[in-house]
Amino acid sequence: MELHILLLFMIFAAIIAIEVKDLLSSVVAMGTVGFALCVAFLILKAPDLAITQLVVEILCLIILIRATINKDLPLVIEGRWIFNTVSTLVFIAAFLFFGYQALKELPAFGEPLMHVVKKYLEEGTTSTGAVNLVTAVILDFRAYDTLGEATVLFASVIGIMAVLRSPGRKKIEEKEK
Amino acid sequence: MSLYLLCLTLFCIGLYGVLRKRNIVKIIIGLAIIEYSINLFFVLLGYRFHGRAPIDAQDQNILNMVDPLPQALVLTSIVIGLGVTALLISIAIRLYEKYGTFDITKIRRLKG
Repeated sequence: MELHILLLFMIFAAIIAIEVKDLLSSVVAMGTVGFALCVAFLILKAPDLAITQLVVEILCLIILIRATINKDLPLVIEGRWIFNTVSTLVFIAAFLFFGYQALKELPAFGEPLMHVVKKYLEEGTTSTGAVNLVTAVILDFRAYDTLGEATVLFASVIGIMAVLRSPGRKKIEEKEK
Repeated sequence: MSLYLLCLTLFCIGLYGVLRKRNIVKIIIGLAIIEYSINLFFVLLGYRFHGRAPIDAQDQNILNMVDPLPQALVLTSIVIGLGVTALLISIAIRLYEKYGTFDITKIRRLKG
């Protein structure tokens, strides 16, 4: 029951984040969605995820506020209003149709399929020595996944450095000549 | 089932933001909301009624655990989502420096 209330709260906060005019308010509303998600992870018995989501959400908010603060928002005059809305609604309707088809095939909430994880649950502590089974899966059974994650993170850091780099003094001097 | 449908609704709100809004910051926020809903959906799939967190303890009163595999995969997904969002925002900052606006219809120089 508390999960339903939390999800409804997240939906309202998401609508506010999409629809409000002021950019800073919209960023703050997005932060609300993220922190509600953190509480939802705690209710769903995933404490590791709650901690990670908290840290990532705070970092994300800091970066987004850095991007939006002191940026004036010019008035946006909507062109082709009907075409844009209709095409968006068509896409959402198609997504909802296929999503509803897929929901019929899923296992019911509260009774997960435990085929793959049965082996991990039985052998996890004895073969890896980790008490926390999430850590055992991340760092032992599926360690290549974590290696790929680190690779993606470093690639994104290199991308940010390449995009945000300001032109050096030498280049500006060459331009002036 | 109703929880899955609420999760789907959250995804649709994010999709509306990505497809309909013209402000680039709104588009990034829509992508972040989509990512949240997908992460929540995976963790919902692994939940078990009256289960406990997947940590071995000495006094095990409850026997069954929730599924630790979706939690491990979502942990990877959250961190990658941070990288993607940071890259998108850095591109948005750069575009604002160059064009002076966040409106994607005013950023025309990439058109062929």
